[in-house]
Amino acid sequence: MYEFEFERPSSIADAVAALKGDEAQALGGGQTLLPTMKQRLASPATLVSLGGIAEMKGVCVEDDGALAIGGGTTHAAVAEAAADKYPALADLAGHIGDPAVRNRGTIGGSLANNDPSACYPSAALASGATIVTNAREIAADDYFQGMFTTALEEGEIITNVKFPVPEAANYQKFLQPASRFALVGVFVAKYADGVRVAVTGASEEGVFRWTEAEAALSANFSGDALDGLSVPADGMISDLHGTSEYRAHLVGVMTKRAVAACG
Amino acid sequence: MPKDSGIGASPKRREDLRFLTGTGNYTDDINVNGQAYVHFLRSDVAHGRINGLDTAAAAAMPGVIRIFTGADFEGVGGLPCGWQVTDRHGQPMQEPAHPVLAQGKVRHVGDPIAAVVAETAEQARDAAEAIDVDLEELPAVIDMKAAIEEGATKVHDDLTSNLCYDWGFVEENREAVDKAFADAAHVTTLELVNNRLVANPMEPRVAVGDYNRATDDSTLYTTSQNPHVIRLLMGAFVLGIPEHKLRVVAPDVGGGFGSKIFHYAEEAFCTFAAKAINRAVKWTSSRSEAFISDAHGRDHVTKIELALDADHNFTALRTDTLANMGAYLSTFAPSVPTWLHGTLMAGNYKTPLIYVNVKAVFTNTVAVDAYRGAGRPEATFQLERVIDKAARELNVDPIELRRKNFITEFPYATPVAVEYDTGDYNATMDKLIEVADLAGFDARKAESEKNGKLRGLGVNCYIEACGIAPSNLVGQLGARAGLYESATVRVNATGGLVVMTGSHSHGQGHETSFPQVIAEMIGIDESMVEIVHGDTANAPMGMGTYGSRSLAVGGSAMVRATEKIINKAKKIAAHLLEASDADIELKDGQFSVAGTDKSVAWGDVTLAAYVPHNYPLEDIEPGLEETAFYDPANFTYPAGAYACEVEVDPDTGKVTIERFAAADDFGNIVNPMIVDGQVHGGLGQGIGQALLEGAVYDENGQLLSASFMDYAMPRADDVPFYTVDHSCQTPCTHNPLGVKGCGEAGAIGSPPAVVNAVVDALRSAGKDITHIDMPLSPSRVWAAMNQ
Repeated sequence: MYEFEFERPSSIADAVAALKGDEAQALGGGQTLLPTMKQRLASPATLVSLGGIAEMKGVCVEDDGALAIGGGTTHAAVAEAAADKYPALADLAGHIGDPAVRNRGTIGGSLANNDPSACYPSAALASGATIVTNAREIAADDYFQGMFTTALEEGEIITNVKFPVPEAANYQKFLQPASRFALVGVFVAKYADGVRVAVTGASEEGVFRWTEAEAALSANFSGDALDGLSVPADGMISDLHGTSEYRAHLVGVMTKRAVAACG
Repeated sequence: MPKDSGIGASPKRREDLRFLTGTGNYTDDINVNGQAYVHFLRSDVAHGRINGLDTAAAAAMPGVIRIFTGADFEGVGGLPCGWQVTDRHGQPMQEPAHPVLAQGKVRHVGDPIAAVVAETAEQARDAAEAIDVDLEELPAVIDMKAAIEEGATKVHDDLTSNLCYDWGFVEENREAVDKAFADAAHVTTLELVNNRLVANPMEPRVAVGDYNRATDDSTLYTTSQNPHVIRLLMGAFVLGIPEHKLRVVAPDVGGGFGSKIFHYAEEAFCTFAAKAINRAVKWTSSRSEAFISDAHGRDHVTKIELALDADHNFTALRTDTLANMGAYLSTFAPSVPTWLHGTLMAGNYKTPLIYVNVKAVFTNTVAVDAYRGAGRPEATFQLERVIDKAARELNVDPIELRRKNFITEFPYATPVAVEYDTGDYNATMDKLIEVADLAGFDARKAESEKNGKLRGLGVNCYIEACGIAPSNLVGQLGARAGLYESATVRVNATGGLVVMTGSHSHGQGHETSFPQVIAEMIGIDESMVEIVHGDTANAPMGMGTYGSRSLAVGGSAMVRATEKIINKAKKIAAHLLEASDADIELKDGQFSVAGTDKSVAWGDVTLAAYVPHNYPLEDIEPGLEETAFYDPANFTYPAGAYACEVEVDPDTGKVTIERFAAADDFGNIVNPMIVDGQVHGGLGQGIGQALLEGAVYDENGQLLSASFMDYAMPRADDVPFYTVDHSCQTPCTHNPLGVKGCGEAGAIGSPPAVVNAVVDALRSAGKDITHIDMPLSPSRVWAAMNQ
C-alpha cells in the first residue's frame, strides 16, 4: 500500500467537499478498494471514508412504499433490516461474501464499483431501483453502463438507494467455485406492471436485463414460459470457471429456478 | 472399552491450546533486534533475458540498506537437487543450475531478479519498484508435449533439451510387457491429466536470517518441515557454512503438505544477506508471492493401458507419463514421478508385468515437487481409473474385478521392486462395503432421482509406501540423503522426560501422540513427557517430516532410545534393590524384583541417576539420556478402500459429495482421534484436487489461478461428514510399533473415488462418458454432458 491521507467526514456535504481534493477517492466498506490498494493497483492521494456519515446509514420505508437503504448501510444490516419488507433483497445481502465482508461492505460501495460479478447490481436493476446521490436521482436502467462503469460523476456519492418492493422476487446465485462471487446470478422481481429479470456475473457488459424473459414472464409468470428462450453466448464472459456457452446456459437455469422460488 | 491413556487412547492434542488461542510461535512471530526486511523483485514474464539492471535510483530510496542482484551470488552455490535419477539408458538426468537470484535469465513468473533490503518491508517494496530492469521477453515453453518436441525453445540454454530424463521402470520388463499386451484378451486404455496444485498451507513461508559477527555463527529461522535437511543443503551446497556454525530453527509451522520440505532461495538469501550487512534479514511471503514461488504439486499427463486375459486377470500394465518439473529442479522433484510413483503402480493387485515410462520435462513454470502423497496419488489415480474403465468395458462389477486381482499372500514382491510386508485388501473392502452402506445405494439413488439429481458411486483401493527408507536402498535409487530418523530421550532428575526428535511437527500432533508411546513403555503419565523438535541446536540430526514417516521412523527411533533408557534404569534399580538386572521388571512406573514385593519407583531411579550417592558408578555412568538412530528395513504399506457417493445436478453440472467412506489399514494406531483428523484432512485435499483445485498457466506462462479469487480451495461446505474406519489392522512387521503411517492416505485414495463416482452418475443417466479431467468443476461436467 502506498501512503495516503485519510479523512472521515461526518456529513454528506463535508464528504463531497473532501472528494474535490486532488486524487481523492471515496471509501465505502473497502472490500474491493483496500485489497486493490494493498496490491498497489490503486494509489489514491486521499481516502475519504463515508463510514462516519450517520445520514447515509439505515433502512426505512418511504411514503410510496419503496424501501430506502442508506448508501453506507452494510450488507449485514440490510440482511437484518429488510428481512420482513423485501425478503429476496435481504436474502441476497445475507449471502454476499462471508461475515467479515458483510459487516464491512456497503450497498453504496457495491453499486458504485459495479463489479460484473457482484450481487447488488442485479437487485437494483431488477427492482427498477433509484440510485440517489448527493446531486441527483438516477434510474437503475440509466445507472449501470458496463463492467465497473456507472453513471456516477467524479466525486459523486451514492447516499441512498430506493427499491420499489415487488409482489414476489427471488435471487438465484450460482457460485464461482473459487471466489464464490456470482458465476451467474439472476434476480427476478414481479411487479403489478410486469416482471423484471436482471442478470449478473455473466456478461462482458456487466449486469443486464433479459428482456425476452421479462416479456414471457409478464405474460405468464411460470418457469414454463421460459421454455425455448435463451440468451446468446456471444458477449458472455469466458474464463477458467466457465465458457460463454456455459454462462448463457446458466442464465436460463437460474432464471427458471428464481421464478420457481417465487412460489 | 477405549483406553484413556497410552497407546490406543485419544487424548486431546496438547498443541492445540496454543494453536487455537493465538499463542503459537510461528516464524513470522520471531523478530531479531535490529532486523531489516527484504523484498524480492520477481519476474513478471515466464522467460526472459536480463539485458540490464539499474539499481541506482532504488538504492537512493528512503530506508534502503543494500540491493542484491545475481552478481552478488557469483561464486556462491546454487540450490541443490537432493535426488539424481538415472534414465533408461543409464545416463544421469539433466540437472540445470538453480541460482539464488537470477543470473542473466529468468525462467518463470516469480523467478527472483533482485532483492532489496531496507529498514521496513514497505520501504523495501517501494525501492524494488524503482529498480530498472531491461528484460527482453523470450518465447515461453509451457505445454509439456511441445517442450520436448524437436526445436522447442529451451528453458536452459546449456542443456541439450527440455527433457530432464526419460525413465523406464522396470526397463528389463519392457519387451515382456509389450508381448503381454499383444497376447491380451482385452486392453483398456485411458489418457488423463493429474492436475497441477498449489499447496497453500495456511501459514505462508517466512525466513529470518541472523548473523553474529563475534562468533561467526549464522542462524536461520524458517518455515520448514525438516530443519536439519535445510542446514545440510544450505550449509554444504549453497553458502559453505559448516553445520557447527549454522543453526536452523523451524518453530511452530502452520502446515506444509510437502511444500515446506524443500530448500528455497529465500532461505539462502536471508542467511547470506544477514552476514553481508551484519544485521538480521526477514522475509515474509505474501499469499500472492506464494502462488508463484512455493513449489507446486502433481502436474502429470498420462496414458495408461491395462491388459487382461479372458478370465479378467490383469496380465500387464503399461504407462506413459509426462511429468512437469517446472523451470528448475526443486529439492526432491526428480524422485516424485519415478521412485515414489513407478514403485506403486502394482497397487493392490497381482499384475505380473508392469512397465512405467516417465519423461520429466522442464517448462517455464514454477518448480513442481512433492505434495501430500507425492507420486503415489498420481499412481493410484491412473490405476484405479483404468480399472474402473475396464470393469465398464467388460460389464463386470468394479469391486469384483478388483477382488479378483487382489494380492492375498504376504509378503508380496511386486514386479516394481518393492515388497509389501502385510495387508488384507479383502478385509478393508469388506469393511468399506459395511461402513459405506453400499447395500443402501440403490435406494439413495432412487431418492436422488426423485429430486432431479444423478447419483453415482465410486469405489477404489489404494496402497502407498510410507516411512520412506531404508537409506542404503534409497541411496542406490539416487537419493543424496539418508532417510533414517533420530531421537534423544533426556530423563530429568525428578522423572520427567524431554524427547528431542528430528521428526518436525507442523500439524501432525507429535507433541501428543509421541508421549503416549513413551508413557505406555514406562507406565507413567503422558504429562511427564515433553516433545522438542524443530531446532538443530537441540535435536539430533533428523530427516524431517514427510511421506507419513514420523511415527513409523521417528517414533521407532524414540522407542529405541527409550528402550536404552529403560535398560539403564533397570541397572540402577537393580542396584537400589540389591538384585540382579535380569530380575527387574518395569510396570506402571515401578521397578520390582520378579517374584518379590520389593520395588522402587521410576522417580527414585531417575533421581539416583542424577544424585548418584548410592549408585553403581564403577559399572555405569550417572545421568539418564540416550540417543537412537533408526533406519527402517523397508517402507510401510498402508492400504485401504474408499467409497464416494456424489450427486450431479444435470442442469448445472455441479457435483456435491453426499457420502464418503474410508476403510484404512494403518497397522497399529497410537491415537485414533489424530488418525481420524489426518484422514479427514487428506480426504479434504483429495476432494479439493478432484473437484476444485487447479493451477492453470496461459500460453505465455502467466499463472491464471494466482490467487484465491481463481484458485478454488476446498471449504467446509464442499466436503461431507466422513465415515472413517481403521479397524482393519495388519501391523507392519519391521518396525517396533507395528505402525504404517496415515498422513497421506486420504489425499491418495480419494481423487479416483470422486471421479469414478461422477462418471458412474453420468453413465447411469445414459451419457457415454468414460473420463473427465480434474478438477471436475461444474462447467467441465456440464460440458462433458453436453458434448
